[in-house]
Amino acid sequence: MTSKVTREQVARVAELAHLELTADETGAMLHDLNAILDYVAELNELDTTGVAPLAQVTELLELAGGGLRGDAVQASLDRSKVLAEAPETNGVFFKVPKVMDR
Amino acid sequence: MENYVEKPRTFASLRAEIEAGTTTASSLAATYYDRIELINSRLNVFLSLSKDRALAQAERVDALAAKGDPLPPLAGIPVGIKDVLVMQGAPATAGSKILEGYKPLYDATVVSRLEAAGAVLLGKLNCDEFAMGSSNENSAYGPVRNPVDTERVPGGSSGGSAAAVAANMAVATLGSDTGGSIRQPASFCGVVGVLPTWSRVSRYGLIAFASSLDRIGPFAGNVRDAASMLGVIAGYDPKDATSSSAPVLDFAAESDKPVNGLRIGIPKEYFAEGLDPEVRTAIEAGIKSLEAAGCTIKPVSLPLTKYAIPTYYLVATAEASANLARFDGVRYGYRSPASDTLSAMYSHSRDEGFGAEVKRRILLGTYALSAGYYDAYYGKAQQVRRLLAEEFLRAFADVDAIVTPTAPTPAFKLGEKTGDPLAMYLADIYTVTASLAGICGVTVPCGLTCAGLPVGMQVLAAHLHEGTAFRVARAVEAAQE
Repeated sequence: MTSKVTREQVARVAELAHLELTADETGAMLHDLNAILDYVAELNELDTTGVAPLAQVTELLELAGGGLRGDAVQASLDRSKVLAEAPETNGVFFKVPKVMDR
Repeated sequence: MENYVEKPRTFASLRAEIEAGTTTASSLAATYYDRIELINSRLNVFLSLSKDRALAQAERVDALAAKGDPLPPLAGIPVGIKDVLVMQGAPATAGSKILEGYKPLYDATVVSRLEAAGAVLLGKLNCDEFAMGSSNENSAYGPVRNPVDTERVPGGSSGGSAAAVAANMAVATLGSDTGGSIRQPASFCGVVGVLPTWSRVSRYGLIAFASSLDRIGPFAGNVRDAASMLGVIAGYDPKDATSSSAPVLDFAAESDKPVNGLRIGIPKEYFAEGLDPEVRTAIEAGIKSLEAAGCTIKPVSLPLTKYAIPTYYLVATAEASANLARFDGVRYGYRSPASDTLSAMYSHSRDEGFGAEVKRRILLGTYALSAGYYDAYYGKAQQVRRLLAEEFLRAFADVDAIVTPTAPTPAFKLGEKTGDPLAMYLADIYTVTASLAGICGVTVPCGLTCAGLPVGMQVLAAHLHEGTAFRVARAVEAAQE
């Protein structure tokens, strides 16, 4: 947790997250991310050797949840209503721009 | 500065009037819509109104009352819903441009349960974009103003939910809390806010921010009504496999129980440097009133508290980066108009649709999860999360509740922290610990500063012990009456 983030890393992470940042935005994010990462580096003060990660808290609850519902077929949303919410469809599928530029 | 504070009527008094026929649910709804019409432009609390649905529901309640039939528990109560919860056919923006125009096809479970209990749902409340913020200044639809002082923020992210109750634009509301988003705005606006145990309330129909932390909870003008509302929305839901099947108590009755003999823990770490002196004075007076009511006050130590904010921002942003991947311009919401390829369409839609704080958190979360950094950041944070949770479990072996300030300061001014993300994150310093541990809590008004700004006391209790938190909060409230 020591290396500072570089401009190239911010650009790479933005690409992974499908965010297109302007040069100004990249600069601002570089500054903020470095400040935040410096701050979270405080966690290194703690020795967590052998501590199991806690992803969510249900294991701490005395009473278990209701569990998974039965695997039975149920009505799903009406296709025409779902597609009506989409930016572009052909009535059966969602339409998107071409995947590759040739 | 302008002040729009007005205390909502209690559920019991409204119910009595509807039962007696001296008012109707329809006229009550009309009164609330008039008030919203009058002051919403000053406070920016409601983003959309669901008048047709609300008035139809009010008529159903009035028909029951006219026949003398027994009324459901929230019959005719005007309620507002944070705009991260979906209602069929009503806009659901999550405070973001990327969901502009989106009309959900179903109701959140909490929405169905409130309506089944007779509540009249007035409309959708402003909030920080995707519930990310502590001041409601990250909404794409403009900030909410604090009804106590319009120059100040209402807190966030459920700023609209807190302000609506404070200004009597709704009798009660629902919000969501991931790191403090119910408790901190309730504290800033001088109302009661509830953080239920994680798993207590179904998240079906909640637009997800960080799923292991997200919770839905009520705001109300008094402890008893907040407790009644939690009783309505809590309980197992087959549509949310993580919802708890633990029995749901009559929380309002629990809140009426005396507190004498309860052991109250005071963690010194929540009264350290950074706590506003007027907030400290108000909370110390509240603790004295608990002692006077027969509680035993005991010091407890939670030394890992200082690691909670860094842990929270790694866990929450990692989960957010995954949850917000669904907003891609394909199935609903905003799509950037001119893109040649699919990849460009994703990037343009997300770049134009998301605000700066959302992008910042997606980037931080993506970084914390990326190859080579996962163990150092996300993995480390999850380990510290366990230590923080275990620290609370140990403390609750010795005390029934833990009492702290809800926030280190009263409501700050609009624009005061917008340039410094870290300073904004620290507004949640006393709330993120309970979020990470999954325990429950209630924030209750506990006095005012010299400038008249509300101070909130946070009452925390162990997993599934909401009844205890309500009892203690009610005792603090009663001492001020």
